[in-house]
Amino acid sequence: MAQDSGRLNQPPVVEVRGLTRRYGARTIIDGVDLDIGRGEFVALLGRSGSGKSTFLRALAGLDHGVPGSGRLGTPDAVSVVFQDARLLPWKRVVDNVTLGLNGQTPRERALHALAEVELTARAQAWPTQLSGGEQQRAALARSLVREPELLLLDEPFGALDALTRLRMQALLLDLCARHRPAVLLVTHDVDEAIHLAQRVLVLDEGRFVVDLDVGLPAEAGARQRRFAEVRGQLLSSLGVTGEELRRVA
Amino acid sequence: MADLSLTGGQGVVDPAWLKLARSQPVGVADKPRRRRKLGPGRPIPYGATLGPVLLLILWSIGSATGYIDDRILSAPWTVATTGWELIQDGRLQENLWTSFQRSFWGLFWGIVAGASLGVIAGLSRIGEYLVDGPIQIKRAIPALALIPLLMLWFGIGEGMKILTIALITFAPIYIQTHDGLRSTDARFIELAETLDLSNGQFLRHVVLPAALPGFLLGLRFGVTYSWLALVVVEQVNATSGLGYMINLARTYGQTEVIILCLAVYAALGLSSDWLVRFITRKALPWRKILAD
Repeated sequence: MAQDSGRLNQPPVVEVRGLTRRYGARTIIDGVDLDIGRGEFVALLGRSGSGKSTFLRALAGLDHGVPGSGRLGTPDAVSVVFQDARLLPWKRVVDNVTLGLNGQTPRERALHALAEVELTARAQAWPTQLSGGEQQRAALARSLVREPELLLLDEPFGALDALTRLRMQALLLDLCARHRPAVLLVTHDVDEAIHLAQRVLVLDEGRFVVDLDVGLPAEAGARQRRFAEVRGQLLSSLGVTGEELRRVA
Repeated sequence: MADLSLTGGQGVVDPAWLKLARSQPVGVADKPRRRRKLGPGRPIPYGATLGPVLLLILWSIGSATGYIDDRILSAPWTVATTGWELIQDGRLQENLWTSFQRSFWGLFWGIVAGASLGVIAGLSRIGEYLVDGPIQIKRAIPALALIPLLMLWFGIGEGMKILTIALITFAPIYIQTHDGLRSTDARFIELAETLDLSNGQFLRHVVLPAALPGFLLGLRFGVTYSWLALVVVEQVNATSGLGYMINLARTYGQTEVIILCLAVYAALGLSSDWLVRFITRKALPWRKILAD
């Protein structure tokens, strides 16, 4: 596959070997390995409590004091987008984007990033004046203006309504096509994972039980069949029975 | 909005259940179903003045009919004319200015001490261990009980008065600032980590703005306390100031002067509280949006 050869030619952006994380007696992450190639979009699925957020926080370097072992190779430029937009309420939108930004002309770069997420008109607004979708777009602008090599998304659209989520997903695909960061998207939404990612992982009891290249064909009919196939496979690995699947979907 | 969509819906669709409803007596079916609104009711412009004005009216009526003894409580007009006389001969302004200066400098040092100790205790563990304990002990001791000791140490001059006011006002400012710093949202701390903020940037952009509302709340308490503290220090061995005027008036049985001084205290307290709220609105523009 094209991605695989790309992965072989270049050193991976993320290189995880034997990563283990524990909370008390419970092992949340149980010695997992993972490579993410340059520009690769990986989605990480898992039931609640499967350790997917713990894994993302380990990659983000946010798990202070959580005991564990393993090797964790991540690039210097890592951006994180959380489920809540996490904008500082006392800073205007543009100042939230420039926060901690180094280098030349931070303001111009921030305004450019806001233009990319179609938020130019709201640059001078206070975060509390924005809708949920707008807040999350500002958070995306803040993460992308740093030109990250690795973009970590922790259920970024989980709190949005269905319509806004759809538009945000399309925007995210556009932005990733333009900036080409390696992406790890943590989500519980199987459809979102298949639509956005090239590769889907399922985490269960601290291990990756599925590592699947989505590979949706361009032709509509074949695409639909492949989508249904991947979806069924992922849902059953998440513990949804065939009976449940038939009754609802 | 809810009412509009309800009546509009009746005009457009005509489902079976609606026909059922119409077959009932007309009066019931046509009546728009509007819930009784709970809550204290609509605000009235200048409604807040209603209570004080009512009190003033009762007081005037009581004095005019002789129901209130002049030796117990002077009539409002007596208080007003006495006030005018005291302004004319300059005694009111002079004492007011003295009191104001004491209050101002006491509050000033209270803010300096409260804010800086709050920042020290809020930002470092060691600072908290060293500073917080003694302050909590000091808070447990009533301020009035400290006055004899302060008088022994610092005499009965201005220094002792300002120190007492500062000691009383710094506590709420310290507590609120410390609390504001300590309760900085953990999510924002995490954000600062992911953005690789330096310690200085973290302080300037995250911690201090997060603590500002707390500091301003403490300031609001501090301002009120500074007037309370003033009363305490001025009724002990003072030879000038509003508290001294009250003491003197008590000796001569001049209730109108006492009432006047109380009115001045009230005006000072209310206006300084308004000033702090005004500063708060200006300093936290992002909060105003929420209130709107």
